[in-house]
Amino acid sequence: MVALLPVYVVWNPDRTRKGEIDMEQVREREQSTGVVQWIAANLARLLISLIVPVVTFVVMWQGFVFLRGGAAPKPVVATVAIIWGVGGVAALFVLSNWLVEQLPLKWTAALRPFVFVGPAMVILTWYLVLPTLRTFYFSFFNAQSTKFVGLENYIFALTDSAMLESFRNNLIWLVVGTGLSVVFGLLIAILADRSRFEVIAKSLIFLPMAISFVGAGVIWRFIYFYKPVGAEQIGLLNAFVVSLGGQPQAWLTLRPWNTLFLVAIMIWLNTGYAMVLLSAALKGVPAELLEAGRIDGANEAQIFFGIIIPYIQGTIVTVATTILIGCLKIFDIVFVMTNGNYGTEVMASQFYKQMFKFQNFGRGGAVAIILLIAVIPVMIYNLRQFREREAF
Amino acid sequence: MGRKTSLSGILVNGALLLIVLIWTVPTLGLLVSSFRGQEAVRDTGWWTAKPAELTLSNYDQVLGGKEYADPTLPGGVAKGENMSNAFLNSLTVTVPSTVIPILIAAFAAYGFAWMKFPGRKVLFVIVVALLVVPLQIALIPILRDYMQLNLTGTFLAIWLAHTGFGLPLATYLLFNYISSLPRDILESAFIDGASHFTIFLRLILPLSVPALASFAIFQFLWVWNDLLVALVFIGSRPEVAVLTQRLQDMTGSRGQDWHLLTAGAFVTMAVPLLVFFALQRYFVRGLLAGSVKG
Repeated sequence: MVALLPVYVVWNPDRTRKGEIDMEQVREREQSTGVVQWIAANLARLLISLIVPVVTFVVMWQGFVFLRGGAAPKPVVATVAIIWGVGGVAALFVLSNWLVEQLPLKWTAALRPFVFVGPAMVILTWYLVLPTLRTFYFSFFNAQSTKFVGLENYIFALTDSAMLESFRNNLIWLVVGTGLSVVFGLLIAILADRSRFEVIAKSLIFLPMAISFVGAGVIWRFIYFYKPVGAEQIGLLNAFVVSLGGQPQAWLTLRPWNTLFLVAIMIWLNTGYAMVLLSAALKGVPAELLEAGRIDGANEAQIFFGIIIPYIQGTIVTVATTILIGCLKIFDIVFVMTNGNYGTEVMASQFYKQMFKFQNFGRGGAVAIILLIAVIPVMIYNLRQFREREAF
Repeated sequence: MGRKTSLSGILVNGALLLIVLIWTVPTLGLLVSSFRGQEAVRDTGWWTAKPAELTLSNYDQVLGGKEYADPTLPGGVAKGENMSNAFLNSLTVTVPSTVIPILIAAFAAYGFAWMKFPGRKVLFVIVVALLVVPLQIALIPILRDYMQLNLTGTFLAIWLAHTGFGLPLATYLLFNYISSLPRDILESAFIDGASHFTIFLRLILPLSVPALASFAIFQFLWVWNDLLVALVFIGSRPEVAVLTQRLQDMTGSRGQDWHLLTAGAFVTMAVPLLVFFALQRYFVRGLLAGSVKG
């Protein structure tokens, strides 16, 4: 990208920029009337305009080669990589802005917005817009994308038994995961609001949000850990069951309940998020409204369902939608805990298997497109929300 | 609320305490186990641990490599893969993957908020639409590009991928913030003769620090905790593997070595927990600001 920009460089000595007067240029004009000097001066400018990007590019490329070689000690590579990556992007902006400012004033004004939004749009196009179209395209082809197969991959995706199992499981994730996260989040928000220990309680509930799915996987594998009858249980859940006089269970292979044990991890991770948003919304319910309800003789339950819930409805929808999308795309928990075995397959783990284990790009692509179709209602909702705001 | 009876106060605090316990005990169990010896973790529940038996040897092994008997070597001991390397890789992946999208998104957000150009509205609608696109859809096409460009397994590849996937939310959040800054500031700056670039660097960036920090925490946690993108673009090259990959490896190969797994899990969690506690306020603010997103 950097190397392409000099094409636009046309030096125009007549430009003056709003507010910024180039004193050197003025002096130059006053003193030197000679054509030769004029050409010389601008040639230098033009040369600099070409040299600066080239030098930048060469330096960046050298950095890249150094990093790819990876021969240096790890901390050195890490430091160079960080400086190179962050510095490179900063240099890109400074350089492209500088180049655009060398242009005639009219061009500068027209091109400058694209210095600002251009890089973002290029990356979004490369990383999200085009890939969506490309995935859509090769979902109609065979495993190696060499032969057109029509709707075959979609027929597979909608009829295969593993896929049907993952649809069913995703539905469980969506309903139970989202539902309980919101319910617990709301419950904790209400309890914390009435407690003196609000801050610390909320912090502790919120904490799992910082933990990765993989880390959470280890935590919960430990809790679900199973040892045969008679041995001392080191998994908390089995120890609890045994202490109540029950039989220890291998929870993660226990069909059909094991999906629910995986969903529990998601609830553990997401309740904090729901709690934070709902708690903020609860605090926004006007006290006069609650007071009026009480004066009219409503009991606490009536106040809750008749006043509070309708008032924070918007936030509930937002929270539920966000968690819904997380549950729809859930991958890491299943991958780490059961790898999709024992009837716990979900769409995203099926996608991963098709793409990377079976190398079937057609089928994998079809699953990805189905995932995309599933989020389109949310996309439309977001766009409508956005259009309703006056900001634009 | 002060007029409530003390009974309902006890009920509220009791229920809250119970929930907080349920939410905290899993992490607590992990933390305690990571300080217990191999036999202790294997044979007895962590809740029976006594302070005297706690040790740092698990962390030693996890960070320095597990020691196991190897008679072919002079000392008779070999060292396995360690997590220090993966820790550095995680840092190398995460820092630029956080800063680069913020920089690019801040420029874009300024452009959308304060500049007029053809196509402005259409482009921003695209950004909003991309907010919820599942990143799965992009993995194979991008992987193909990377193979052609010989980029797979490089840091650049994964930075750009995280940048691409984080950019819609970053642009959207920062746009919301930057477009709400008072217009007068900009107008007086223009009158003083500043260019857009100067205004952005000197005025808008410093004013946007709260929004930048909010998004930075999001993106940092997301990248540090990510497994899928790392699996796809870093693959199985152990010298560039990040912490989540190492930990996932360990759950496969050392699924019964709970003393190492728990310590390993805590190593991966240390940095995000630190960031989380230090910057919780910004994080919450960011959550509230980004609440329109899916």
